[in-house]
Amino acid sequence: MTPTGCWEPTASIEALQARALQLKYLRSFFDRRGVLETETPVLGRHGVTDLNLDSVEANFAPIIGCPARSGWLQTSPEYHMKRLLAAGSGPIYQVFRAFRSGERGTRHNPEFSLLEWYRPGFTDRELMAEVADLVCGWLECPAPHTLSYRDALVRFAGLDPFEVSDEELENRCERWLGEGNASGLGRDGWLDVLMSHEVEVALREQPPTFVTAYPASQAALARVSVEGGVPVAHRFELYVNGIELCNGYWELTDAEEQRQRFLADNEARKGAGKPEMPVDEALLFALEAGLPDCAGVALGLDRLLMLKMGKTSIAEVVAFPFEIA
Amino acid sequence: MASYSTNEFRSGLKVLLDGDPCAILENEFVKPGKGQAFNRVKLRNLTNNRVWERTFKSGESLEAADVIDQDMEYLYTDGEFWHFMMTDGSFEQHAADAKAVADVTKWLKEQDVYTVTLYNGAPLSVTPPNFVELEVVETDPGMKGDTAQGGSKPATLSTGAVVSVPLFINIGDVLKVDTRSAEYVNRVKNV
Repeated sequence: MTPTGCWEPTASIEALQARALQLKYLRSFFDRRGVLETETPVLGRHGVTDLNLDSVEANFAPIIGCPARSGWLQTSPEYHMKRLLAAGSGPIYQVFRAFRSGERGTRHNPEFSLLEWYRPGFTDRELMAEVADLVCGWLECPAPHTLSYRDALVRFAGLDPFEVSDEELENRCERWLGEGNASGLGRDGWLDVLMSHEVEVALREQPPTFVTAYPASQAALARVSVEGGVPVAHRFELYVNGIELCNGYWELTDAEEQRQRFLADNEARKGAGKPEMPVDEALLFALEAGLPDCAGVALGLDRLLMLKMGKTSIAEVVAFPFEIA
Repeated sequence: MASYSTNEFRSGLKVLLDGDPCAILENEFVKPGKGQAFNRVKLRNLTNNRVWERTFKSGESLEAADVIDQDMEYLYTDGEFWHFMMTDGSFEQHAADAKAVADVTKWLKEQDVYTVTLYNGAPLSVTPPNFVELEVVETDPGMKGDTAQGGSKPATLSTGAVVSVPLFINIGDVLKVDTRSAEYVNRVKNV
């Protein structure tokens, strides 16, 4: 796939300089707001249970007092950072190198830079305002609009995600997957098709847009409440030029609810023929000890740099992407 | 027959989709952060040259299509089939039907070499070289001295193709023509 002897970076020196400037901007942004920079492990005992996230396994030789054990490169610093929050860290941020197996494309590299931060006492709305300050201050773009997941699908895909029947959703997805090929994806899978093939494409022509109020089935680690008669997750994503830039939650703090979601994730993994992942008990203990009410968000820094520089491929802003790393 | 997974799809790979042989043109990985991964693929259907867009779940696979390109010399047509012969010394012959040769008939000159695409061993399509040299069999008389600039006129070539040529071209001239655009390039021999 890649010629041997290919040693040069795929990003220009100018892109490397812009990356350094971006880091400086972020650190000064959080410094001014009194948010503490932290570092947490890249190599952990646990991966994630998410159906659609696969951790990279990194096994470890035995050391004194500890037999050989399997480990996982973290897909985000979320669990460790929540343990810090439960220990009373106050507001924290981190510039993290995250790993996701099997993800490579014009906007994906399996190893990528993630900015993640947590704000005790903030709601999702308050954190969205801070995300807008950070992103617009750097990209010099107009302030984002906000669109609910429901309105985004109604407007750009022409159907109501909470009302549409399974049958209609499946038929609709055959437009993209071909006749008879859309079965078995499930409701969230079908909605993902419409989100990535229709909504995301339409958002390229829109000003920066927050999508909020996701279906409860896509809550991940966000709390859920009833809005407009349906349970929706306090989860938000920001799209700039149709590029998904961040994913944030008004965080779930209920340990028991969290455990149930982990178990449900593993059921879904089993159903999809994926290996089950051990549940991170340390996180659940931290939630039991008391995670402060908080909102948190993870933002892709390589994509932010792509937008800053007007690049269309992540390889143009990453010195050595996967193939030549 | 082998099959290929979405992560092996690359430009030029030949696969079977809905029973038709197709060539992959583009393969784009799309995945919402917390959502399902898909591959948005563009393919050219080799039976009709139409471009298809189709999305696959990442990790799905398609059967490989037995499609190969071979250099062959054009021999003759019997009206129903156009006959080609391998240039590898095997003298193996293949008969292409009207669907396979399509509008390439207008560039077919006996003894010239063409690319014949075989699907399951039978000709699927014929591709002419980018440039061919053909004789003019019909055109208005040439205007002497007008070799620099000025208008153009139609000329019919020995294969039946009609191209727009400069006014100085005469019947019997041999022209170099770009088959991709059907445009006159230059005169290689004049009478």
